[in-house]
Amino acid sequence: MQSVVPSPGTNPTKLVLEHVSKWFRTSSLHVQALDDVTLRIAEGEFVCLVGPSGCGKSTLLNLIAGLDRPDGGTVQADSQTIRGPGPHRLMMFQEAALFPWLTVLGNVLFGLKLVHGLNASERREKAEYFLELVGLKRFMHSNVHELSGGMRQRVALARSLAPNPSVLLMDEPFGALDALTREQLYGDIQRIWSQHRKTIVFVTHNVREAVCLGDRVILFSPNPGRIREEFSIPLPRPRDINSVDLARYSTEITRVLKGYVQSEVVE
Amino acid sequence: MIARWAVASLFFACVIGLWQLAVNAQIWSPLLLPSPASVFTYLWSAVEDATLWEAILVTVRRLLIGYGLGILIGLPLGLLTASFKWSQDTIGVLALGLQTLPSVCWVPLALLWFGQTEAAMLFVVVMGTLWSLIIATDTGVRTIPPIYSRAARSMGSSGFHTWTHVILPAALPFLLSGMKQGWAFAWRSLMAAEIYVTILTGFGLGHLLHYGRELNAMDQVIGVMLVIVMIGLAVDKTLFAPVERFLHRRWGTARG
Ligand SMILES: Nc1ncnc2c1ncn2[C@@H]1O[C@H](COP(=O)(O)OP(=O)(O)O)[C@@H](O)[C@H]1O
Ligand SMILES: [Mg+2]
Repeated sequence: MQSVVPSPGTNPTKLVLEHVSKWFRTSSLHVQALDDVTLRIAEGEFVCLVGPSGCGKSTLLNLIAGLDRPDGGTVQADSQTIRGPGPHRLMMFQEAALFPWLTVLGNVLFGLKLVHGLNASERREKAEYFLELVGLKRFMHSNVHELSGGMRQRVALARSLAPNPSVLLMDEPFGALDALTREQLYGDIQRIWSQHRKTIVFVTHNVREAVCLGDRVILFSPNPGRIREEFSIPLPRPRDINSVDLARYSTEITRVLKGYVQSEVVE
Repeated sequence: MIARWAVASLFFACVIGLWQLAVNAQIWSPLLLPSPASVFTYLWSAVEDATLWEAILVTVRRLLIGYGLGILIGLPLGLLTASFKWSQDTIGVLALGLQTLPSVCWVPLALLWFGQTEAAMLFVVVMGTLWSLIIATDTGVRTIPPIYSRAARSMGSSGFHTWTHVILPAALPFLLSGMKQGWAFAWRSLMAAEIYVTILTGFGLGHLLHYGRELNAMDQVIGVMLVIVMIGLAVDKTLFAPVERFLHRRWGTARG
């Protein structure tokens, strides 16, 4: 079963995936990571992808980032087929992907140096602005290993935002953080999103997190990776992860998720 | 810092003191164990008649050129073996094998190929440096978490930029230990070559050592050995130690 509803709102479509499939072939096995995935994401939309591990969420982000190519179907951004990575679609990872040989500032400057048409002082200004935005300007000369996990992900966020991408791809960015730090970051990311209106595709296996952040929550199921269902979350923002309204949505979505995960096991 | 200096000075003062005591006890003939004073007298005279400076210059020049060439060739080859299966199966295997060969073993071959020339010296130093550097670079590049280059690629880095801005700096801790090892091998192989081979194009420290033995001039032998040790220490403290401190600070690891 597959239900694909065009995205709500009047914004133009930013990302279009049509009948996308992706296989991984190793010497021992063939895995179909994605099977006939069709998805439209509007400009400025915040979409959360949820599903058990192995259902192709990271694969999908890699395709949108241009780090990988689909075996079937098309992936388009702004009506152009995606041919490779670029500073318009930046990826933020779960693990610490910050470069330990650079300072905090050096890490944020890395992406900026790959953007054409900026001189050194403009780059510096932007880097400092985004470090300020995530509340870490004081630490710009620190080394990466001196920061806590939450601070590192904030730096990673600043690094991804600085080159001014129109699409931000986040692969379980808060998965390795403790609950309290995560809650702070939910606040930060919502504030930044409302100020800067990026299109965000956010992968998580935490349903509550998805409901707290997303305009839409899209459920995936594994073997092969498919879209199973999607939910609009018309709650007002900023949202509090602990609110009762939010809990109603996440309870409902979790029930559906459990339903098909169990039916899969029985099969 | 001052305390560390004091401890170090005291230690070396004690070593020289013990040496003097051993000389005073007259257990060995002064021909075999010269006093610290006579060694320093030799060093002073060698500085004054410029033989020591010239020898240091000749040796260090050979070393720097040979070591530099070794790095210039070894680094790209190491990157190559880490990137392609075919080069790993060919150059990689060759490097792994030749790395086990003590660098002195290159001396006879160098002599036969190049004769008693400067080229023979450089060849020995390059062979001493090259293989361990290839292996270290290869290991370093393979150990880099793939997430670094994926993150860089996502930001639009590719090709040469990724190599120079991500792969090389990420492999730096390994490159440094490979370069240190290469330096030690280069030093050893050059000394061996200079001691065994008379080269007409320049008198190095190894030659001074060799002639000290021929002339039974123990003060010269020990004096030159001291100089060799000093150069090794100086290079470590001025070339490698700052990079190591930088790595330590940035990575936050207790390496080296
Ligand atoms: N590079 C790869 N090589 C082989 N198999 C892969 C590779 N990347 C992903 N897969 C497989 O594809 C499936 C989907 O993986 P992934 O997209 O990482 O899932 P998720 O992010 O939802 O946990 C899994 O079965 C995984 O083992
Ligand atoms: Mg994943």
